[in-house]
Amino acid sequence: MRPNNKIFFSLLSVLLVLVLIAAIAFGAVRILPSEMLAAIEHWFKLEPSKSIYENVFLQLRLPRVLLCAITGAILAVSGVLMQGLFRNPVVEPGLIGTSAGAAFGASIVFSLSPFMSPIFKTLLGPFLVPVFAFAGGLGATFMVYSLAKNNKRVSILPLLLVGMAINAIGLSGVGLMTYIARDPQARSITFWNLGTFSGASWFQVFFTGIVAIICILIAFKQAKKLNVLLLGEQEAGYLGVEVNKLKTSILIVNTAMVSVATSFVGVIAFMGLIVPHVLRLLIGSDNRKLIPASVLMGALLLTLADMGARLLLAPAEMPIGIITSIVGAPLYIFLLKKYQFNQNDL
Amino acid sequence: MLAAKQLKYNIGNKRILDNISVNFLPGTCNLIIGPNGSGKSTLIKLLSGALENFEGEVNYDGVNLKTFNKQTLASCRAVLSQQTELSFPMLVEEVVLLGRNPHFEFNPNKKDIAIVHEVISLLDLNDFIKRNYQSLSGGEKQRVHYARVLAQIWDRPNRAHRYLFLDEPLNNLDIYYQQLFLSIAVKLLNETTTLIGVVHDINIALRYADQLFFLKDGALIENGVPEKIVNAILLKNVFNIETQVIVHPSTGKPVVIF
Repeated sequence: MRPNNKIFFSLLSVLLVLVLIAAIAFGAVRILPSEMLAAIEHWFKLEPSKSIYENVFLQLRLPRVLLCAITGAILAVSGVLMQGLFRNPVVEPGLIGTSAGAAFGASIVFSLSPFMSPIFKTLLGPFLVPVFAFAGGLGATFMVYSLAKNNKRVSILPLLLVGMAINAIGLSGVGLMTYIARDPQARSITFWNLGTFSGASWFQVFFTGIVAIICILIAFKQAKKLNVLLLGEQEAGYLGVEVNKLKTSILIVNTAMVSVATSFVGVIAFMGLIVPHVLRLLIGSDNRKLIPASVLMGALLLTLADMGARLLLAPAEMPIGIITSIVGAPLYIFLLKKYQFNQNDL
Repeated sequence: MLAAKQLKYNIGNKRILDNISVNFLPGTCNLIIGPNGSGKSTLIKLLSGALENFEGEVNYDGVNLKTFNKQTLASCRAVLSQQTELSFPMLVEEVVLLGRNPHFEFNPNKKDIAIVHEVISLLDLNDFIKRNYQSLSGGEKQRVHYARVLAQIWDRPNRAHRYLFLDEPLNNLDIYYQQLFLSIAVKLLNETTTLIGVVHDINIALRYADQLFFLKDGALIENGVPEKIVNAILLKNVFNIETQVIVHPSTGKPVVIF
């Protein structure tokens, strides 16, 4: 039996708000709700913050939690989109090269930035890592897409196979950069590859937030067509969907938002797998419900995971990718086993 | 009228369809029959607009198929395929509702829902409405898709013409549902509806077809009213088997025995 839509969405929203507040409150420093309110009040009145706690709240905790929530939403929606496009529940957003390419781009900055022209670095400023990651993600996705393209058509199977190859190349590139990097930088690559929110800033929150809103809205508008695509490309064509147009727009939207998120927080594996799977069990496969629900649940689960990353080894911090992988990898194996007999669906 | 002129289709250097010109009239049941690899399904795909890189012309009431807007075409032309699989859990009513896709913008309206329930009843699927599609048997799944396809062209604004294609849809069905599928299709027929189908069972084809089309090696060997064209020589020529053609005692239609 499926839960009532209104109740389900309200419950999810309330839970999300509670988790966000908890995530802000708990950490190396504990922040009381009264301090949160005071900080917001001072900020509105443009007064300076009264205590260190208010500063921690405004400058560290709040942007971190918000960036985490936005990233969770992006990764979850991306999972829904890619799985719908490939008609396969075992597909991860990073599968078509986006994540590996973005990681490679970022690792180049970490290892080779001493050799880059200072003018170039000043020019890009805080955008240096994101721009390289975005270029890498876009480049890798474009390569996969154009190599898999045959006779003006993009079939799913070649897309997946070429995606695997490009992923391997991207990860080798990351490995190479790690190898030639000196010690402290090498460590930051490792950290980057497992994801972290420790460097979250307001700039990142706004940048990622705007990209997320635009991309998710575009995807949501296509939700009905994505539903029809569940029947396969030929049937979708019979039902009046311009399949190639739909696939191209979804791929572009997906690449943009995943690259931007990845460039700020690193590769966070399996979020795009966990959230859609759980939601399909709960509310079914209708993308008109699945996309908004993924926004809420993706934000909720990644915020929880980040809380775990901060608290489990406190005062030290764990890369968040370890937590999502511990939960996600077994699920991935389970899904692979469950669907291995459905290979002809590809 | 659906008119095809000099259709040619190649895959690589292999000619799949060779110079086929044929007309399908509204109100008639047109069934295509032929051995494996004779181009039957390809012909359906060309006529229904699934394949576009062919030579020749397909016209729906004088309008070239290639000039159609995809959504406009989808609101008057539906195709029931051989097999359609879903990788995700969906309720039967959700799958049938997908057939209304060309008719609503984002959310279905009351009319769409009413049509969905009508076709679900027609195909005897009332007990399955809230079932997960993936848990159904092959034959039940095919009934769900038939309901979906019928929902797609159920209503005809301004009595516009509609076209129903059946692309070997009977393979998973028992005799009862094979007959039900075709008798439902035949009941829909009227002056604005054209039915074009591919079936494998020659006797099913003889029973329901107004016009039969024999394909072999991508060419149209013979077509016409079954009683007039079907005989042992033709069947030997097309299928390379020895048969006898007798007359059905009650319907008076030809029956092939092997």
